[in-house]
Amino acid sequence: MNRVVIVGASLAAVHVIEGLRRNGYQGEIQLVGAEPQLPYDRPPLSKEALRAGPELDRLLLKEPGWYGTQAVELCLGTAAVGLDTRARQVVLEGGRELPYDGLVIATGGTARSLGGPEEVGPVHVIRSVADTAALHEQLVPGRHLVVIGAGFIGLEVAATAREMGLDVSVVEAAPVPLTRVLGGEAGAWFRDHHLANGVDLRCGSALEQVEVTSRGTKIQLVDGTVLAADVVVAGIGAVPATGWLDGSGVHVADGVVCDPTLRASAPGVVAAGDVARWHHPLFGQTMRVEQWRNAVEQGGRAALSLLGDTDAFAAVPYFWSDQFDAKVRFVGVAGGADTMHVEQTGDTSMVALFGRDGVIRGALCVNAPRLLARYQKAIVEQVAWGDVTGTG
Amino acid sequence: MALQITVDLEGCKGYACCMMEAPELFDIDDETGKAILLEERPSADRAEEAERAARSCPASVILVRNG
Repeated sequence: MNRVVIVGASLAAVHVIEGLRRNGYQGEIQLVGAEPQLPYDRPPLSKEALRAGPELDRLLLKEPGWYGTQAVELCLGTAAVGLDTRARQVVLEGGRELPYDGLVIATGGTARSLGGPEEVGPVHVIRSVADTAALHEQLVPGRHLVVIGAGFIGLEVAATAREMGLDVSVVEAAPVPLTRVLGGEAGAWFRDHHLANGVDLRCGSALEQVEVTSRGTKIQLVDGTVLAADVVVAGIGAVPATGWLDGSGVHVADGVVCDPTLRASAPGVVAAGDVARWHHPLFGQTMRVEQWRNAVEQGGRAALSLLGDTDAFAAVPYFWSDQFDAKVRFVGVAGGADTMHVEQTGDTSMVALFGRDGVIRGALCVNAPRLLARYQKAIVEQVAWGDVTGTG
Repeated sequence: MALQITVDLEGCKGYACCMMEAPELFDIDDETGKAILLEERPSADRAEEAERAARSCPASVILVRNG
């Protein structure tokens, strides 16, 4: 293997590069990115970078000189538009073809929108540094921000804007925030936390339509309520960026379908980060994980797989979210849980455990970080549910 | 040969990734929410663990050196 092409100038890509070089790969590396910027860090885009306005040099994952010392050729501001797995070539916008021996798909996701831009007008999303710069300009104290969707990104944007002095409403169709991820009981804690911090959180409120007028945007809910918004943000999830793989023969089904070692269905192709779907041996299910640490660890694993290693990727997912003074930390998985136990709860902290088939699979710790390492160990060791909750 | 680990606590945001990667080298202070370095000079055979923690730090505030 002498030519590695990485598509997606992402966090996962940086860790692929590190992994390749750390493990002795000395061949060529080309890094392709649709955005013009060097790989940068995305978690701050809904938090401190949104508050202060994004400064690219503070967000860069590696200083510009690092790519030179790692002998990486940069092809930035040029999206990949096609892949020929027989000829082993990536096709870029403008027609340039990049041959590869090893290909890493690390294109991440794109923010889901409410519909075509012509239908919904100026509804912001948060995915790129440009998105955050545009929204930051609009976050003027006293304005009314309406966030559609009470997922993690929506709640982070709501908290940031509230702290900046805006009036903030959040519209969520489910009965409490984060239901899909955490279930009702844990979600209720987040509802209370946001209400206590002055967010007008409207759960159980389905969106009827968004109407753009010369004086702002009207958000109409199914129950007839109309909210007048100065600024609207949609935080309704992301979809894997796999359109450029159409017709390539790489198997895609809500992400690039990989084997347990992150190899995709074509020779020499691996995937890492938000875009990768693989079978997790510990949890016994296929999953796709849109989290920072997952991108770091999958980047390293994908590099090893390209170099011939055959270990499965079995890291336990871990993510964080900061909302007002709540430092939210989650280890493991909550999806598919058949039981849930609130270990402790109060105004400022909460610990909730998630289990399935008699073992612990996930733990949510809000302002209780020290417990995380213990729960991670219990998840890896598949400790019995009764032993970890004290209910056995 | 030992390792030398340093943590810039000013920049630490309490993401706890270091503790999750290397719980024998790092803990988190429940009061301040910041990292606690449990061993400043671990033996060289802990290098991989220490470097994994450094790589996994979202704030890039962990430095691992030889010596």
